[in-house]
Amino acid sequence: MIRYIVRRLLGAIPVLFGLSIVLFAFVHLLPGDPCSAILGQHRTEEACARLRANLGLDDPLTVQYLRYLGSLLRGDLGASVINNKPFLDEFLVRFPGTIELTLGALVFAVGLGIPLGRLAARHAQSWLDGVVTAISLFGISIPVFVLGLVLVVVFGVGLGWLPTQGRIDARLRFESVTNFMLIDTLLAGRPDLFVDAVRHLILPSIALGSIPLAIITRITRASVIEVSHEDYVRTARAKGLTERRVDERHIMRNAWLPVTTVIGLQVGGLLAGAVLTETVFVWNGVGRWVVDAIGNRDLTIVQSTILVFALIFLVVNLIVDIGYAFLNPRIRYA
Amino acid sequence: MSSSAPSLSLGRRRGGRAVEARVSRGLWADALRRLVRNRPALVGLALVAVFVVAALAAPVVAPYGPYERAGGQLEPPSPAHLFGTDLLGRDVFSRVLYGAQISLQVGVVAVLLALLTGGIIGALAGGFGGWVDAALMRLTDVLLAIPGILLAIGIVAWLGRGMPQLMLAIAVTYTPIFARLLRGSLLALREVDYVVAARSIGASPLRILTRHMLPNAVTPLIVQATLVLATAIIDIAGLGFLGLGPPDPRTPEWGTMLVDARRFLQTAPHIVFFVGGAIVVSAIGFNLLGDGLRESLDPRLKR
Repeated sequence: MIRYIVRRLLGAIPVLFGLSIVLFAFVHLLPGDPCSAILGQHRTEEACARLRANLGLDDPLTVQYLRYLGSLLRGDLGASVINNKPFLDEFLVRFPGTIELTLGALVFAVGLGIPLGRLAARHAQSWLDGVVTAISLFGISIPVFVLGLVLVVVFGVGLGWLPTQGRIDARLRFESVTNFMLIDTLLAGRPDLFVDAVRHLILPSIALGSIPLAIITRITRASVIEVSHEDYVRTARAKGLTERRVDERHIMRNAWLPVTTVIGLQVGGLLAGAVLTETVFVWNGVGRWVVDAIGNRDLTIVQSTILVFALIFLVVNLIVDIGYAFLNPRIRYA
Repeated sequence: MSSSAPSLSLGRRRGGRAVEARVSRGLWADALRRLVRNRPALVGLALVAVFVVAALAAPVVAPYGPYERAGGQLEPPSPAHLFGTDLLGRDVFSRVLYGAQISLQVGVVAVLLALLTGGIIGALAGGFGGWVDAALMRLTDVLLAIPGILLAIGIVAWLGRGMPQLMLAIAVTYTPIFARLLRGSLLALREVDYVVAARSIGASPLRILTRHMLPNAVTPLIVQATLVLATAIIDIAGLGFLGLGPPDPRTPEWGTMLVDARRFLQTAPHIVFFVGGAIVVSAIGFNLLGDGLRESLDPRLKR
């Protein structure tokens, strides 16, 4: 097991190395004059000189790259080109918003996807199965921003049931400490605000969770159907176990494996999808910040966000793979 | 192609009558027969056909030009304007049709580009193996580590806005998928009997790769290309929605149109429904067609 983990960790090193080269090129090999490309209309001779000094643009590329790699290894992810604020400080203020949104979407997708998939598998080839398949086809085919806008129109503008902008009612002037609204409102002893924050979270979570919902439903259905055909399930039925016990102990225990892997794989898509979802719901997170940064051509922010999201994605995949090996001895000893 | 067809088509059949006729049919004729019997796939084919016809025939079918002031501001749907009008009085139906043209153009070029570069990378990696394989696969690992649309966002942010940039961004995003897929198929084919046989009679590696392995590794690529077109259309609109689409904000690109529509959700929600509907319907079409192609090209997959 430890050998497996070490092997996987070593395997991630070339990827990280390659990623650093690609992201280095992203800022340092911009097409055209780097000053104009990065500063755009903010370009002045003074700003340009400062930028060149900051980025060390006058040194050879290899020196520049090694310097970039060195600062990354020290945990220095650079600073905004526009206002010189350190990336990490700004990122950590906004990331909790994206985490809440991502977890909300994951809860929605897993909480609904697994029961739907099991339901479809149990009634395979029936009309119920058809309905579930149609839902998952729809979920895969509808972009998060279209679903988001439709949800805003129907539940926000039309029915007025749920808030459609921001993370909490702006009129309440609630000051967040950890930037996790759900935690802060509870810490402040304000259950009313907690409910308000949850209500703000519902529509964005549904919009962002639609694709994972479709994928988790499909994989759960396929996995349960596959396991149901195994010999040991037939044996379990033959020896007279109740249907419920067969389902819990013999089918689901084995059907879980591919489902957990797929759930882990969704994290990357969710982080990327958050960029669009946050834009639709005016949600204060990393996604909207990145979109603003692109508008300002503040490329260090884009560069470092991509790096951090890729890192999270790699780490989550690693955890999922290790968890999978832990759950499934057949992988471990292979 | 025919070298593997007989072994593929010898599956079990419910009807007994067709068995003797099967040997003479090729893989594609066989696949077509199965596709025609697959109702969801036919629906997908029909939706894709509508999308393609709308795109190609937009200048003929559209009642108004995409930039033409055709009516009042934000009019609801009416016989004169099937999908209503937008803020500048432009006919939304006509703009949706022209939008199909842009999505089809960008989507097809991007996916073909991804298929070509991914195919070359995959063929080199799977065909040569060794350090070539290792190096190329690490490259795809790096690209795949950047999740989803984020890579495309980064590329457009890097290159600036524009149609060629948009195509390139989408193409780069999907290149590693095709590379991985082809490499996997080629690796699996290495030890297949007819490849071993070709090798043993002294066929050159290039000939084995191009004549025996590649033709038998193409079908998964075609299936994947169809499915990727669905997500490519969604991604193009997504980039447009983020303001990273065509440089001219008046362009009738679906995502760009949604940016405008978003400002009038209260007064003119119909624009979101029609433009969003166009995206969803085309994505559903390519998804259904892709799934159908997969089932009909590889009957072993069907349960």
